[in-house]
Amino acid sequence: MTDVSGTPTSAAPAGPASGRTDDVVRLTAAATAAAIAAGELSAQEATRAALDRIAKVDDAVHAFLHVDADGALAAARAVDARRAGGEKLGPLAGVPLALKDVFTARGMPTTCGSRILEGWRPPYDATVVSRLRAADVIVLGKVNMDEFAMGSSTENSAYGPTHNPWDLTRIPGGSSGGSAAAVAAFEAPLSIGTDTGGSIRQPAAVCGLVGVKPTYGGVSRYGLIAFSSSLDQAGPITRTVGDAALLHAAIAGHDPRDSTSVDLPVPPVVEAAARRDIRGMRIGVVRELSGEGYDAGVQAAFTAAVEELAGLGAEVVEVSCPHFTYGLAAYYLIAPSECSSNLARFDAMRFGLRAGDDGRAGAEEVMSRTRDLGFGAEVKRRVMLGTYALSSGYYDAYYGQAQKVRTLISRDFAAAYEQADVLVSPTTPTPAFPLGDRVDDPVAMYLSDLCTIPSNLAGGPAMSLPAGLAGGLPVGIQIMAPAFADDRLYLVGGALEAALDARRGHPLLDEAPAL
Amino acid sequence: MAITRDEVANLARLSRMSLSEAELDALAPQLEAILGAVARVSEVAAADIPPTSHAVPLTNVFRADVTRPSLPVADVLAGAPAAEEGRFRVPRILDPEE
Repeated sequence: MTDVSGTPTSAAPAGPASGRTDDVVRLTAAATAAAIAAGELSAQEATRAALDRIAKVDDAVHAFLHVDADGALAAARAVDARRAGGEKLGPLAGVPLALKDVFTARGMPTTCGSRILEGWRPPYDATVVSRLRAADVIVLGKVNMDEFAMGSSTENSAYGPTHNPWDLTRIPGGSSGGSAAAVAAFEAPLSIGTDTGGSIRQPAAVCGLVGVKPTYGGVSRYGLIAFSSSLDQAGPITRTVGDAALLHAAIAGHDPRDSTSVDLPVPPVVEAAARRDIRGMRIGVVRELSGEGYDAGVQAAFTAAVEELAGLGAEVVEVSCPHFTYGLAAYYLIAPSECSSNLARFDAMRFGLRAGDDGRAGAEEVMSRTRDLGFGAEVKRRVMLGTYALSSGYYDAYYGQAQKVRTLISRDFAAAYEQADVLVSPTTPTPAFPLGDRVDDPVAMYLSDLCTIPSNLAGGPAMSLPAGLAGGLPVGIQIMAPAFADDRLYLVGGALEAALDARRGHPLLDEAPAL
Repeated sequence: MAITRDEVANLARLSRMSLSEAELDALAPQLEAILGAVARVSEVAAADIPPTSHAVPLTNVFRADVTRPSLPVADVLAGAPAAEEGRFRVPRILDPEE
């Protein structure tokens, strides 16, 4: 890009009116929308800049599975026309976004990273997509993911892995790896991911971004193709805490089409992100989420970030959540059990792939051939594991016990929140590992989610934001809050981001090598 | 926790996936390793602890029973592997020998 010299460029917003792609794509979502509202930039220019950037870097990154250039430019034209007509636009109007391919969008290919849905175009929009359209956000297309959101590296995508923009030989995290890579590579300032066991926070952490899993029930799951229904939650992946808050506010809120959506006001996340005053807040460091298995560089960056929080006037305390160490085991029973049931809908009858229908084979045979051809290895593993855990004779020993662990983890959280307003930990035990490193070792791959899973099991919100670097690779700090107190994440995250950026002199992402 | 190849084959049948012999061979040790790792849930889950199936405090969510427009049939069938006369066309579901 512009920095042929190797010099970071984002500190110089040379005036978006210049229309230079490299400057425009490096603007935050908030700055992009403000420039559009002020007439300094058009939504079409912002969209073209993103499309140009995708054309330039996505061969190397492979974040996108589908780019809808015509649809995006048409939506941008409509925003520009409405602005020209004097209409007051929303805080994200005209801002481009990369949508995880787990959401249905009417008429747009939706694969979930799986062969079984190749070529399928859904007849309806997910609620998240309807809300993005209502907010005048420009959907650029669909981004890569582990098949059916099962994975931590995007290597389980049927369409090939995505590469980490910080080091193209490494994983971008997963399952929302396409989302994180697209934002870190400046292909879009915004993305929506989903998080079942860490699939927003872990990719955000290893790509040097902000990622938020809202409280379960805070964002509608209608049109989010289900993996594990009691855990799945959609949320933002962005470069700044402020952008995440704007996107969170745009997609959250009750939806009668999702019976697990909660009818409560959306927490005041945008205001919280801007407040930057955490004096007197109690920050609990979770003792169990550290130690053996945690990379020394990750520990160092995390500890420095916690010291920064103390320096801002927060009171740092240590808390113990003894059952968190059982979270991973409970998760890998609950999520596969729910997925084995959810994925029964891929039966070759109503949509997606159908294989072996030669006029003689019966429905069950066609179904079995289709699912063998259409599902990848990890999906098969989890469907089988879930079928096992739910089968009579094993149900009590596995699924039933896992549900009890879920109760114990919720109790640990409740006790910890007696002593602290938010909890913190590293987001992941290690920075991004090399592509291919853990493909043949599912249990090692699962360890990526060690710190993130407890929040999914208990339902509370959690954020990852950049803490620093370890060996030149980004490290995330995770902030967790009680259910429906999502604003606390943004309050603490906004303050910490500002302090770390000030100490560093620039955002962490400025240190990523040029693509 | 040993899991036999026969058990894996039975799970594949229950899951409606016609896995190859090579897949069955590979899956048996993998499932065994995963089950070995997750079995530790039994260490702490005592009898007096209630199970949690869902994190949100919601039960019996109802909506008003009113008719609403549904998607047009043509839109729904557009994504079908096969359709005929406004319906999904599926392979036979009964055995012709019976």
